[in-house]
Amino acid sequence: MSANDKGKELLLGNDAITRGVIEAGVGFASTYPGTPSSEIGNNLEKIGDKYGIFFEFSTNEKTAMEAGAAAAMSGVRTFVFMKHVGVNVAADPMLTLAYGGVRGGMVILSADDPSAHSSQNEQDNRMYAKLALLPMMEPSTPAEAKEMIKKAFDISEELTLPVLFRTTTRINHARGIVPIGEIKDVPKKSQFQRDLKRFVNIPSNARVNRIRLLELNKKAAEMSEASELNFIDGDGKIGVITSSVAYTYVKEGLKNVSILKLGFTNPLPEKKIADFMKGKEKIIVVEELEPFLEDQVYRIAAQNGISVKIHGKRTGDLPMAFEYSPDTVLALRDIAETGEKKEPLPKPDVEIPLRPPTLCAGCPHRGIFHAIRKAVGRKPVIYSSDIGCYSLGASPPFMMADMILCMGGGIGAACGFCEATDQKVIAFAGDSTFFHGGITPLVSAVFNGHKFVTVVLDNRATAMTGHQPHPGTGRDHGGRKTEPMDIEALVKGLGVNFVITVDPYDIDASVAAMEKAIDYDGLSVVIAKRACPLELKKEKLLEPRTCRVNQDTCKRCSICISSIACPALMKKDGIVSIDASQCIGCSMCGNVCPAGSIEVVQ
Amino acid sequence: MKYVVQIVGVGGQGVLLASMVLGSAAMNSGRNVAMSEVHGMAQRGGSVISTLRIGDNVVSPLASEGEADMILGFEPAETCRNLTLGNKDTVVVMNLDPVYPPTVTAGLSKYPEISEMTAAVAKVTSNLISIGATSIAEKAGKSVAANAVMIGAAAAAKGFPIPKDAVRASLLSLVPEKFRDLNEKAFDMGYEAMNK
Repeated sequence: MSANDKGKELLLGNDAITRGVIEAGVGFASTYPGTPSSEIGNNLEKIGDKYGIFFEFSTNEKTAMEAGAAAAMSGVRTFVFMKHVGVNVAADPMLTLAYGGVRGGMVILSADDPSAHSSQNEQDNRMYAKLALLPMMEPSTPAEAKEMIKKAFDISEELTLPVLFRTTTRINHARGIVPIGEIKDVPKKSQFQRDLKRFVNIPSNARVNRIRLLELNKKAAEMSEASELNFIDGDGKIGVITSSVAYTYVKEGLKNVSILKLGFTNPLPEKKIADFMKGKEKIIVVEELEPFLEDQVYRIAAQNGISVKIHGKRTGDLPMAFEYSPDTVLALRDIAETGEKKEPLPKPDVEIPLRPPTLCAGCPHRGIFHAIRKAVGRKPVIYSSDIGCYSLGASPPFMMADMILCMGGGIGAACGFCEATDQKVIAFAGDSTFFHGGITPLVSAVFNGHKFVTVVLDNRATAMTGHQPHPGTGRDHGGRKTEPMDIEALVKGLGVNFVITVDPYDIDASVAAMEKAIDYDGLSVVIAKRACPLELKKEKLLEPRTCRVNQDTCKRCSICISSIACPALMKKDGIVSIDASQCIGCSMCGNVCPAGSIEVVQ
Repeated sequence: MKYVVQIVGVGGQGVLLASMVLGSAAMNSGRNVAMSEVHGMAQRGGSVISTLRIGDNVVSPLASEGEADMILGFEPAETCRNLTLGNKDTVVVMNLDPVYPPTVTAGLSKYPEISEMTAAVAKVTSNLISIGATSIAEKAGKSVAANAVMIGAAAAAKGFPIPKDAVRASLLSLVPEKFRDLNEKAFDMGYEAMNK
């Protein structure tokens, strides 16, 4: 996004949210990168400083939440943002933060990912609003997100509670026209005022704060009741209750219905919903994932003695799994009048190969995966993997993930695998995820005397989400420069006696390192260190060179393809050639070629 | 008035830039737009789709199946895969330059012949326009301008509601200054290729 302060712009949802945060006068922002929220952090990294926002990439979401909680308790407007599963990591501080609350407005953005486009699950984080008793808002479009986030800060200050701001992929990664507004002048620094009863949640205070929180939820319910974020759109005997991006599908797809569009979705405006339902022929609740609104609508109908047929997930009219689309709404044609559906073209009669996401050409992970496979041989091994680019190692030819749970989870699970089985366990972590959640389980492994191999795939960036910096890279932001933290020194400092750092492009050295690490009777750590070539390309640090197959000496064994499987290698009619437009000249394929037939050309 | 474009291709081909160019051009011509993009994991060499919906009353970032007025196919296999996004009246612009999936480059699965794909598409729609964007871009100066060729082709498609000049201006404002001449030439050649 640009740093224009007037006019209108065609903004990605995440750009619109960034702009809303700027206009709201936020002074402190923190995150750990995660799709679909990542672009907000990239924006703030670039332009936050210009608007006086202190912005940090925290080591994980829990730290981001704690840092943000303190800023907001101190009276500064604070924005903490993360992907849906990040909220799980941050849930511990978040739930108790609700008890004492905040002084400066605090908005916690949860970017959910229905259909799990870039995630390990599609959990519905609206449930957290109920669990934590936090007010919640859900925008439907980028333009609405920008305006709503400003209201969320006002509401947070009025209630002295953090507000959960819940988006989904089709809002974060939607694009629309957004009018740029005025920036609110809010002090970026404050003075923390001690208030032991509110901020020190020992049991005696926690019990008082529990009552405080329940009382504030009553006030929040009144505010939701009066909020213009909950409005009725259109007339009809059929009532549709909806929120988030589902509203846009309803708005375009259903005819002659009255829509109750909910933006302030916790607590729900119960009276407004009851009044809306009265006299309707039927009600349809349209929302993605869990029946969050729907179950409450049933309860509100029951409490108010309203007898009306309610269609939704509980009746089987709408699906619980995966994101909705205009077609989801058009499929309601037996229940309501729908818009015209054009007859799609048939699938052309030709077999098209699948195209799953894959490790990039020249990705150093290919080198270490191959080296591991070679070092392991036929030994029975469990690959305890992690969330990041190396998750793509689950696909052939590597097949190097037997289990993936969460960030840092590969090392944590290795602690269990190595005790519950006699198999050798190889745990993976990325450089960023090692700092995120890998250090604590490694400490536990040292402490409990576990024996397994940990491989840190250190590509010098939080690569999958767009190459954000992390403690291992250091950071240069807002006039502060921090030094890169040395993973090897850190691991040694934890008491791990076997640590080797290798260059995964050097296949022979990597195989040797892995053999030793696997044979080691104890806890061993291998750090495969090589910068992500995509990042180098972006920073214009990649030397222009490419590999070439010498067809005269090539033995047609295809070992390059079966071991590295780089997408720049192309096999046709038994002959391997290299696609120069993709190849970065890393030479990993050359390092495995038994005939020495792959050479680097400058 | 409503006009829906589905831009399909492979991560890294410039699908996002193309949707941004067409969307900005629409906005600058006073139109309302709603769009959706693919970012993150799926981008890594995977199939990508960008949806662009132009019209006074559009709010949904996604289109229904069959709703597209134009499918701008950056890659032939992806065009075939996503043909159901269009209907019998949809203009299908299909770049004929393949990007082979890893299973194909590894020799594990077969990529169909280009002629097989064009024939299969032509069998279900009479609105197929195929274009060799990379070879046109090479003539314009550099193969990387293939996406500018495709954008030029989109601007020339029958029924596309945004004036050519607005699309070209939008393209030139979004590419680095030193590549403006190349992109302008590629755009114009893409535009002309549609009128042949």
